[in-house]
Amino acid sequence: MSARIGIVTFPGSLDDRDAARAAYLAGAEPVALWHDDAQIHGVDAVWLPGGFSYGDALRCGAIARFSQVMDTVKAAAAQGMPVLGVCNGFQVLCESHLLPGALVRNAHLRYRNRPARLRVETDRTAWTNAIEPGAEVVMPAKHGEGRYVADEATLDALEQQGRVVFRYLDNPNGSMRDIAGITNEAGNVVGLMPHPEHAVEALTGPSTDGLGLVASVLAHLSEGARR
Amino acid sequence: MARVVVDVMLKSEILDPQGEAVLGALPRLGVTEVASVRIGKRVEIEFDENAQNVEEQSRVIADQLLANPVIESFAISIEAA
Repeated sequence: MSARIGIVTFPGSLDDRDAARAAYLAGAEPVALWHDDAQIHGVDAVWLPGGFSYGDALRCGAIARFSQVMDTVKAAAAQGMPVLGVCNGFQVLCESHLLPGALVRNAHLRYRNRPARLRVETDRTAWTNAIEPGAEVVMPAKHGEGRYVADEATLDALEQQGRVVFRYLDNPNGSMRDIAGITNEAGNVVGLMPHPEHAVEALTGPSTDGLGLVASVLAHLSEGARR
Repeated sequence: MARVVVDVMLKSEILDPQGEAVLGALPRLGVTEVASVRIGKRVEIEFDENAQNVEEQSRVIADQLLANPVIESFAISIEAA
């Protein structure tokens, strides 16, 4: 039986369908989750997709944090369930305090929409364990508020603990230390701004590198099942 | 009815590109003696007639929702009914 990846739809989510297709193409069973439903229906992992949840009111991700489903996702993440936040999903994870730091307006104030070259810095997460550390991958970035910021102590801690997961090779938004994605201490929660779900087929994406994240979580889950 | 105003500002160490853009436009207005512009949010809250602990509740609203303490600071002012 293939692993079930729950993909949350918030009002204003855009990439939930693409995330479901990416999960399917990589061999997982996508399960639709709803923001106003506290049940996550027995999924093995959760994907918070990109978009503009609640119209980005107040700050990106600030309102989604208070949704019914996030209470359950937070509790599941604390128990070790793999959680991936992409773009707006990354913003939701930061606003929910599942990841440190914040994502603010791009330094140049422009919406940036182009493939981003990234270096995968660690395989010690649930979502990158099948990717060689140091590998260069390409995934589309498309965001207006993707500049990662945190205080120096937090940034130093992230670096020392190997929790910077993705780094931009051509920083598109002014993110501190070129950070494109990070993980929590346990390595089960990962957030990144570029979109793995838009890099799964040669016809529509700049690469198929996004499949590696789903392959990683499938490997992580089957390893857990063997234990 | 208590009226509360919460001002939310980006912390000084966080770059404010909107403020920078406004600063950059000022010379076009003929204003050349401005050193810095920072842009924030002003939130006006009206509590119910009989609301209790208005200051405490305002602090919760500001700290846990209106401002993200990672990047923003806030100031609360309460205007008596």
